[in-house]
Amino acid sequence: MTHPDFSGVDRPGSAKPNPAAQRRRHTLAEWLLIGIVVLYAVALLLGPLFAIAWGALSEGVSVFVREITTDNALSALRLTLIMGAAATAINTVFGLCIAFVLARHKFWGNRFINGLVDLPFAVSPVIAGLMLILLFGRNGWFTPITERLGIKMVFAWPAMLIATAFVSLPFVIREVIPVLTQAGTQQESAAYTMGASGWQTFWHVTLPSIRWGLLYGVSLTLARALGEFGAILVVSGGVSGLTETSTLFIFRSLDDRNPVAAYAMAMVLALISFSMLMLMEFFKKRTRETG
Amino acid sequence: MSATSADLRPASSGTMASRFAWGRWGLRGAAISYLAVMIVLPLSAIFARGFQDGLRPFWNDLTNPIAFAALKLTLAVALITAVINAVMGTLTAYVLVRYEFPGRGLLNGLVDMPFAIPTLVTGVMLVVLYGPQRTVGAWLESHGIQIIFATPGIVLALLLVTYPFVVRAVQPVLMSMQKDQEEAAYTLGATKWVTFYHIVLPAIAPALVTGTLLNFARALGEFGSIVVVAGNIPMRTLTAPVHVLGQIESENVRGASAVSILLLALSFILILTVDSIQRRKEAPDDAS
Repeated sequence: MTHPDFSGVDRPGSAKPNPAAQRRRHTLAEWLLIGIVVLYAVALLLGPLFAIAWGALSEGVSVFVREITTDNALSALRLTLIMGAAATAINTVFGLCIAFVLARHKFWGNRFINGLVDLPFAVSPVIAGLMLILLFGRNGWFTPITERLGIKMVFAWPAMLIATAFVSLPFVIREVIPVLTQAGTQQESAAYTMGASGWQTFWHVTLPSIRWGLLYGVSLTLARALGEFGAILVVSGGVSGLTETSTLFIFRSLDDRNPVAAYAMAMVLALISFSMLMLMEFFKKRTRETG
Repeated sequence: MSATSADLRPASSGTMASRFAWGRWGLRGAAISYLAVMIVLPLSAIFARGFQDGLRPFWNDLTNPIAFAALKLTLAVALITAVINAVMGTLTAYVLVRYEFPGRGLLNGLVDMPFAIPTLVTGVMLVVLYGPQRTVGAWLESHGIQIIFATPGIVLALLLVTYPFVVRAVQPVLMSMQKDQEEAAYTLGATKWVTFYHIVLPAIAPALVTGTLLNFARALGEFGSIVVVAGNIPMRTLTAPVHVLGQIESENVRGASAVSILLLALSFILILTVDSIQRRKEAPDDAS
């Protein structure tokens, strides 16, 4: 499993404070250790966060609002949301299928498939984009077919969608397999025995028991899909207003020496990510409580 | 698992069993087709293109000065990042689990931040903070330290992007660890460091290794934050993924594929290593 296992990690709200740790007073050396860690984390993580807010708002709120409401900025945001939602929907449906097969069916090649699923975590997004160029670009394997059908794949939205789906593929699978294994098959077998169809069993028995884990996986998928950049950069062609997502908008604005627009969009994406993070924490907590 | 549930089903529900089997094959077919189309097919395309002219051109694509320097830089910065995060990540996990202090919950939530924020945005943030014309950057510049468009910037970006890996790998193990052994060691007069080295470290070792390897793998492929921070000067601050992008843009698809194959092979080896460590870790638990 390449994605770090978050289950069992203590949460601010739900974690019982370690009684031994609370009762004991920390020594000077321990406070020093705590200080080092807190300083490191604050400097590494919070510093840049404040910097981007400062950068986006340095020329006033009205400039920020103007930069983020230009036609190009709005269409980039819209495309990002559409791409993110579509890729998440595809990966949720197929991710559930794959998680089912990996968790419930033991067959030859199971372990190999398990390894394949993790690959998008480790592959550079640029390489993901390159793969699509090789399949659908000039002299690509499938270019004759798509050309005959009159479909434009590369430098258009189909390849961008596949790229986004590729990089966010593992999340649903990785989050659903543990909850599926934990839920067990007893209740499902009981439902079958009593005459429920496969679909009824899934809808009324399996889905409720895995829903929080599934939602956590879906939110991770969406967060990853919304932030995708490298793979899309390779396959999009970046026509502003047409095939330009929010991240591409930032990259182009930096190139065009329009930093305020880049910072403004970066801050909007950071805010979206932050709300996604809160949502994830909530789902994660529920996954652990019900699991 | 499914075999036993099939055995349990009464013989009278023969039609249902066949419908179930049909559904199972449909499910398996959908799962395998999706993975084949999304992962296996693109992988084969990249291998086919990288080796299209045989081994020697492949080798030359990897060892031409610019590609070689990019690969060396990528391995070096990924290694530095993995080592620093192994230390700081373990410390962070230890402090989060063992100590109670104001802001602990906030710190715990903050650790996940790099997973949520797009890496390009992370890069832009670092440019704003450490860029040569900016507050902190200008101050450092006047003291002769350049961060943005230089190697320290790449390491900084990687440190930020991969910070959660070791923390989130080690934290659950520390939480499930019984404190008796540690306390027994204290009682017997062992110092804090001796206790950590002999009791805590062996217990968290497998998780620490897997977290560090994942950190390293992630760092090898990082692109979004690096491309805005590094300056991408060939032979100096051009990393392998950015080099791949450059080769695609200059229509040298074979060269791009060759470097990609090397990175892919490294990632896959790392994934398999992590997988086998995790399996070994789980095995004794199953036996007991």
